[in-house]
Amino acid sequence: MTSKPLPLAGTVYGVVMNDRVSVARLGAAAAEAPYKGAPKAPVLYIKPANTLVGEGAAVRLPQGEARVEVAATVGIVFGAPAARRTPADALETVAGYLLVADLSLPHASYYRPAIREKCFDGACPVAARVVPVAEAGRLGDITLHTFFDGLPVAERTLADLVRGVPQLIADVSEFMTLQTGDVLLVGVEYQSPQAAPGTKVRIAGGALGALEFSIAEEAR
Amino acid sequence: MKRARIAWQGGIHEAQPHGADQLRLADGRIVGQAEVTWLPPVQPRTVFALGLNYADHAKELAFKAPEAPLVFLKGPNAYTGHRSFSRRPADATYMHYECELAVVIGKAGYRIAKSDAYDHVAGYTVANDYAIRDYLENWYRPNLRVKNRDACTPLGPWLVDRADVPDPMALRLTTRVNGVTTQEGSTADMIFDVPTLIEYLSSFMTLSPGDLILTGTPEGLADVRAGDVVDTEIEGIGCLTNTIVDDAGWFGAAGQGAHAQ
Repeated sequence: MTSKPLPLAGTVYGVVMNDRVSVARLGAAAAEAPYKGAPKAPVLYIKPANTLVGEGAAVRLPQGEARVEVAATVGIVFGAPAARRTPADALETVAGYLLVADLSLPHASYYRPAIREKCFDGACPVAARVVPVAEAGRLGDITLHTFFDGLPVAERTLADLVRGVPQLIADVSEFMTLQTGDVLLVGVEYQSPQAAPGTKVRIAGGALGALEFSIAEEAR
Repeated sequence: MKRARIAWQGGIHEAQPHGADQLRLADGRIVGQAEVTWLPPVQPRTVFALGLNYADHAKELAFKAPEAPLVFLKGPNAYTGHRSFSRRPADATYMHYECELAVVIGKAGYRIAKSDAYDHVAGYTVANDYAIRDYLENWYRPNLRVKNRDACTPLGPWLVDRADVPDPMALRLTTRVNGVTTQEGSTADMIFDVPTLIEYLSSFMTLSPGDLILTGTPEGLADVRAGDVVDTEIEGIGCLTNTIVDDAGWFGAAGQGAHAQ
């Protein structure tokens, strides 16, 4: 299967520690070194251009890597610049939502930016189509299901976000402008399921459709 | 050769220096350097920045030197050109410049050997990688709120061809605040040099034309305040000027408090 064209042109930003499951999994460790306290601002990262691949891609892991974390998430796709928004008017900037798989080489620590772990080529497969807001309905009603080779391995609700979409846009756009075409992922679960080379992955997201790709047998 | 990207008379142009104070556009027009709007000399694709890549700076921040490069990324909102303004928000108590050699990738590559690294370099420019330390948190540190603020990463003025920089690992870096030198160093003191950084990054991701690597800064940090004029200069590459403004200087009196209504 060849991969489909990308439905986005901007920069993809992501956030960790934005769901109750992740906060619970990290637990008391957040208060200890090296973190020394729960995060105050959204904990952001960037999925650069080399990571973006379309529906149907076969993602090859870097040399020496035999496992990859597959985190199902949803991207907020901006239809207008979001700068210094309040929660009350944040949604005016949103064009739609996009199903995304954020791939990471397993890493337990959020202390330093995880560039090697999160930015290898192909580490961000995205669905073929942005679903307009009106069609997507309420994100809180959506559950994301992840399948490896047809078997269910994870499901997560989007009802448990620490910062919901309006608050997340407000807190990020306080210091950085999200441009038309940019994407802000609403969060990935800490320690998502790990896939081995050869795995076929499917993520189903109700009104947001589905996303399929595979982890190639051979490393790059 | 060195070249700038500028906006002039409603268009975007490549320009070359013409004497000390002027620029020459491709069609021969001569314009004053102070009259144009300077843009970053390349339109960046992915921008990498290095933390703690000079031993003296790592010590200054009370960190031991890292064993692997400490890399973070920036987004397009952060970039701005020569002679632009950067905003110091009202609640900041410590905002500092960082003079950095920026390497511009010119040829794509994956798993590039150190010995081939310079073949993938188009040239160099200067970056001023401002940080506001009040917002530092120990989560993906240095976090984007510190390092990826709108217009807080000036780039420029020139893209200088690789061929014109025989040894990028022996260049003097200097920062002046209102004309007073506050930071001095040499690219010779990088912990991970340019070929090592290219080899490291390309070991797991494809580098592409337009990618930039901001290679870190030596010691000599100082707080900068509204009205300060900050010159970050690298020998043979250029002198990048930026002015700090407060919220009123940035938004105008009417724009403070909320986004444009």
